[in-house]
Amino acid sequence: MTAPTFDTVAVGDELPPLEFPPVNRTLLALFGGASGDHNPIHLDIDFARRAGIPDVFAQGMLGMAWAGRLLTRWVPQARLRRFDVRFQGITHLGNGMRCTGRVVEKIESDGERCVRIELQNTNQYGQSKILGDALIALP
Amino acid sequence: MIDKKWIGHELPPAVLPIERTRLQFFAKAIGETDPVYTDVAAAREAGYPDLPAPPTFLFAAELDSGAIDLLLERLEIPLPKLLHGEQGFSYHRPACVGDTVTVRSVIQDIYDKRNGALEFVVKSSSATNQRGELVAELRTVIVCRH
Repeated sequence: MTAPTFDTVAVGDELPPLEFPPVNRTLLALFGGASGDHNPIHLDIDFARRAGIPDVFAQGMLGMAWAGRLLTRWVPQARLRRFDVRFQGITHLGNGMRCTGRVVEKIESDGERCVRIELQNTNQYGQSKILGDALIALP
Repeated sequence: MIDKKWIGHELPPAVLPIERTRLQFFAKAIGETDPVYTDVAAAREAGYPDLPAPPTFLFAAELDSGAIDLLLERLEIPLPKLLHGEQGFSYHRPACVGDTVTVRSVIQDIYDKRNGALEFVVKSSSATNQRGELVAELRTVIVCRH
């Protein structure tokens, strides 16, 4: 794939989607350690149950990091200007996440030609877990 | 209810040295396959002095430093009630292995919805490197559900 440029990208273009294997406990432990998020609600089923939650669930920032991968494999990271997400729902064990992105706007921002990307993480049941928005400067 | 007196409160600065093995660990955890994030030669080829911190990595600063724990303790938000509502980054320059990033945060707003069933805390942060240059700005919305 040739690197996207402002002139070759059109509103409606989709970024190549990314799919992930179902979330499991090993992944949550690895991400907890790597990200610094040691909240036991993501790691320890006993803690979760005492808190009235049936099981551990994924760190929100894991989903955001995945969405970030969607962006940085489309353009070099240095082109990323803004990256914002809203966590819409809890990503549960067994959820197989799919990250998608679509060009929704071509704009000029701070003297740079940019595209705005809408991002979404959905599980295998079509439930949306993250909605996001990124601003990318293109040559 | 979270006391609104905390609006304007500054958290202690969080100093995060960007380290190679940590970035490689992070890359593994998120299934990163782009060698720019794991292989120094590939990073240099891409124009970085060493491995770059990926887009969301700086969120680790205040987790590592304990500033987030302190925030939850001061605002009396128990872990089981905590949810991450929103997260945003704006980027100014890369942070790479060898850089030391300092994140400074202030509580920007506290509000509730549904008659207090959900409380929201908005935190805004700046991340600067060892030369005092702005690396990124962060915005976090944490939710306390009752």
